[in-house]
Amino acid sequence: MQSSTVEPIIRISDVSKYFDDFQALKDVSLEVALGERVVVCGPSGSGKSTLVRCINGLEHHQSGSIVVDDVELGANRESLAAIRAKVGMVFQQFNLFPHLTVLENLTLGPVRARKMAKSDAEDLARRYLERVRIPEQADKYPRQLSGGQQQRVAIARSLCMEPKIMLFDEPTSALDPEMINEVLDVMAELASSGMTMICVTHEMGFARRVADKMVFMDHGEIVEMSAPETFFSAPESQRCQEFLAKILQH
Amino acid sequence: MRIIGLSVALVLLLAGCSSNWGWYVVNPMTDAGSSNLSFLLSGLGSTILLSITAISISVVVGLLIALPGLSTNRTLRSINRVYVEFVRAIPILVLILWVYYGLPQVADVAINVFWAGVIALALSDSAFQAEIFRAGIQSIDKGQYEASHSVSLSYSDTMRFVILPQAIKRILPALGNQLVYMLKMSSLVSVIGMPELTRKANELVVTEYRPLEIYTILVLEYLVLILIVSAAMRWLERRMQADERQ
Ligand SMILES: Nc1ncnc2c1ncn2[C@@H]1O[C@H](COP(=O)(O)OP(=O)(O)OP(=O)(O)O)[C@@H](O)[C@H]1O
Ligand SMILES: [Mg+2]
Repeated sequence: MQSSTVEPIIRISDVSKYFDDFQALKDVSLEVALGERVVVCGPSGSGKSTLVRCINGLEHHQSGSIVVDDVELGANRESLAAIRAKVGMVFQQFNLFPHLTVLENLTLGPVRARKMAKSDAEDLARRYLERVRIPEQADKYPRQLSGGQQQRVAIARSLCMEPKIMLFDEPTSALDPEMINEVLDVMAELASSGMTMICVTHEMGFARRVADKMVFMDHGEIVEMSAPETFFSAPESQRCQEFLAKILQH
Repeated sequence: MRIIGLSVALVLLLAGCSSNWGWYVVNPMTDAGSSNLSFLLSGLGSTILLSITAISISVVVGLLIALPGLSTNRTLRSINRVYVEFVRAIPILVLILWVYYGLPQVADVAINVFWAGVIALALSDSAFQAEIFRAGIQSIDKGQYEASHSVSLSYSDTMRFVILPQAIKRILPALGNQLVYMLKMSSLVSVIGMPELTRKANELVVTEYRPLEIYTILVLEYLVLILIVSAAMRWLERRMQADERQ
């Protein structure tokens, strides 16, 4: 657990998000300290994706505030650019660029957005491919890789932007069971290296292993937030108990 | 290539069956015939140049018109709609006449037949290109924009390096169709005196008075040209798909 005196790197205060009339987030507040690992879970439609997507500006919240590393999101145009440079995101569907090789997927951001020289960007990319354990796939196209490999490329692509924070939105939900662990291992390694992470996932074994803080969401609200020990052994709310009972059966 | 051979054979067969044909006008064995033939073929360069120039411009204009059509902003979208609906409603022949005879009076510029043809054809085609691009870009998964956003790409870099390369691959068959269409529509520019294939044929008909043979040759000229373009487009499509398989 992080000490609460540390200034949080992400401070979400009373954030509400509407899709037309439908309220997807209801006064959500959450603080994440530097280096902290937060795992978010909850039933489908509870607003988990919406929450993480608000943090890097993929969705715009209507009220409340999101402050990332002292920059308030939505304050002005520059704030969005500043925040997305600090925040990496990994998607359920990988979203690799299918027309580019693995190496080109990794170097596009560094070359175009970070203005790195191509050779430097390639060195950087190869280092991160090494780190996600697929250095030999650099010249292949995404569709030639397995799902697990594609997701690891997506993680490496985010890391090449050298973010301070990594967001994961159900990174293993689209994978065949035998590929889930290779992705979780990479994420656990990233966690142990001190990366600040928010992971939406239902992989409770992973959550137990790496989480500093568990968050349970339902109907657009954070219903329960606690350390994993308490979260799994003595969840307070009934909704969370029921959810855990259901999900831990499998 | 087989199709070309077949159609040539078909025409020659027709020629043999009817006493109304007088192939001597374009008989390459005689001096007069071969000079007539080369007169007809001398329009080929103009037709190709006209079509290629016009389609190059219309692709660029079409893309620029497509982009506001994809915006969430209603005003930008209506700019796209108005342009597309307005331009699409003008018959190409009318546009050619208007640009050649009308535009110089409005804009106070001298305009030659080539550029009048290019402008009219490009303008007319750009409305269709805009629709093709809009559909192509819209077919790209939203996740591609989100991934681009998350690696901090600007809007123009996202379009240039992520969205358009994928969209163009998908719309290539439609772009090929437009090129074929453009080659055919370029024949209309003959009315303002552009010396392209159709104009040359018209001129020769006036002097030789052999419309049947001369226009048959004209049909074959377009046929061969367009079959070559089709083959080239198919080759390009195959090559772009091979990129991904490797
Ligand atoms: N673009 C959108 N337009 C309208 N409604 C949306 C949109 N995105 C999400 N929603 C709604 O907001 C609610 C929260 O969605 P969200 O995707 O955040 O849920 P989730 O917790 O991630 O669910 P899942 O586990 O299925 O991914 C859902 O009811 C969903 O239907
Ligand atoms: Mg979700």
